[in-house]
Amino acid sequence: MNTTVVLMFLFFVSLTLLITYFASKRTNSASDFYTAGGGLTGWQNGLAIAGDYLSAASFLGIAGAIALWGFDGFFYSIGYLTAYLVVLYIVAEPLRNLGKYTLADMIAARFELKKVRATAAVSSITIVIFYMLAQLVGAGALIQLLFHIPYTAAVILVGIMMTIYVLFGGMTATSWVQMVKAILLMIGTMIISFLVLMHFDFSMTKMFGAMQNISSPDLKSDFINPGSQGKSPLDNISLIIALLFGTAGLPHILMRFFTVKDAKTARSSVMWATWIIGIFYILTIFLGFGAASLLSREEIIAANPAGNMAAPLLAEKLGGDLLMSFVSAVAFATILAVVAGLVLSGASAFAHDIYGEVIKKGQISEKEQMTAAKIASVAVAVLSIILALFAQNLNVAFLVSLAFCVAASANLPVIVYTIFWKRFNTQGAIIGIIVGLLTSLVLVILSPNVMNPAGTAFITANPIFPLANPAIISVPAGFIAAFFGTFLGKEEAAEKFEEVQVKSITGISTADVTH
Amino acid sequence: MGYDYDRIAHDDEFQELKAKRHQFIFPITVFFIIATLLFPVLTGYTTFLNHIAFWNISWAWIYALLLFIMVWTLVTIYMNKARSFDKASERIVMKYKGGPDR
Repeated sequence: MNTTVVLMFLFFVSLTLLITYFASKRTNSASDFYTAGGGLTGWQNGLAIAGDYLSAASFLGIAGAIALWGFDGFFYSIGYLTAYLVVLYIVAEPLRNLGKYTLADMIAARFELKKVRATAAVSSITIVIFYMLAQLVGAGALIQLLFHIPYTAAVILVGIMMTIYVLFGGMTATSWVQMVKAILLMIGTMIISFLVLMHFDFSMTKMFGAMQNISSPDLKSDFINPGSQGKSPLDNISLIIALLFGTAGLPHILMRFFTVKDAKTARSSVMWATWIIGIFYILTIFLGFGAASLLSREEIIAANPAGNMAAPLLAEKLGGDLLMSFVSAVAFATILAVVAGLVLSGASAFAHDIYGEVIKKGQISEKEQMTAAKIASVAVAVLSIILALFAQNLNVAFLVSLAFCVAASANLPVIVYTIFWKRFNTQGAIIGIIVGLLTSLVLVILSPNVMNPAGTAFITANPIFPLANPAIISVPAGFIAAFFGTFLGKEEAAEKFEEVQVKSITGISTADVTH
Repeated sequence: MGYDYDRIAHDDEFQELKAKRHQFIFPITVFFIIATLLFPVLTGYTTFLNHIAFWNISWAWIYALLLFIMVWTLVTIYMNKARSFDKASERIVMKYKGGPDR
């Protein structure tokens, strides 16, 4: 570790601790803790959504994948971005108008049964744990690479930082850490992209031309064309389905919509987020292409087989030690911002849904709510740190796509039916969530991620289910199960649905909630 | 906050707003889902997107770029359309909140 890295790192850590200190003074109620008092503006929340969404996997992972696989590395960005249309057109405004802190709140707006809330909370917690585990294991490995500190120390360091942000500064601190990170990330990618473009004399044809000459025995097709990774088309379609429909069911993204005062601000935050996220994904092309032409394939793979070091190495090549240190610090900031958001959404499902609403039946004082939220945050953080320490040597990269898959299969069908389908009822909601969740889990256990004849996965055997991501089966399964489950139960009174429609479209009930 | 949701739900103005919202949302949603899913289908089962569109850039990259432009365009369209829905919904909220005379 050189001095520049240490200085940048310390600067970022002190900045976020300062943010947390000021945020802690403003965190006095459960609403402050979970939603920053609902007082964020559209652009603030848009930046925070981007900060929450663009994980280290997007920054280092996609840049590296493009450097190694060309078009195939870029391919999934399409699913990650168009997903925000589902968020905007279907989910954002009704969610803001119906919910308070969590996704389960929104579903409970129509179905008051504790069973429904508990089921929704369990699916949220499952998603958060998968996502968190993937982030922490990835973070440990990355920090090991970037700063040369041991895995265990790296995971514990990240764990302590995220716990401090959440415990003392709640959603206010988490949001500001995410905003700062989003800005740093954009600055970093813009600088590198500019330098790469300069290298190609600001000519797209020159850049694409250089990419057409790249060849390697690993590539199953031309670098510049689809198919270089040799994945089956069904695998790709299935993963795009998971990404497209999953984002609108991810608890830590949905939670961000409660940090703004009304549906209008919720929608403008999606607008900001899509611009930032979209521009970022386009810039990753320059990062990847730059790395592919300025570095050798061997060099990238030697540093990390998945290509995760391509962006930092490229930064070093283009801007020396200073830029490399900046990019490493940005990667660290990225990891922290994402895990802090995850802790908060996990804690809200435990403390607000399960403890506050199901066990205490909503009879809980403001002070008890805060205590429960803080205890749950520490519990979620400790649990995920312990899991991450044990999972060090497992390949957990698939857990992120699994989290998206569960979100798409268990959460989205119920969200859509709750808002739009009159006949939908309690049975449909519970059966839909359970079937969506179980189908995803079981199919992943039977998939090449877990069963692999080469012995690189948990079980050495031929996979029973051929696709790495089961969304193409499990998403329809979730929708169909919720549909037929509905007809197993009796028809419920229409008043509740009418109330949900009136609230979700007009926002009448949130209009007079004073934050 | 006991609003008479039943009465609002059957209010003509609300019914009209609801219908307009749905007529706006659903066709566009179907469109962007198809446009997105068609991409992995075309790149997976055909190779015609590998042909050069112009300069030395292939159709696959043009398709990807068009999807980005689609996202930003549809977001802008939604923002504008939602503003007109806001006006209608504000009128409904005012009507049932009772205004200053309550």
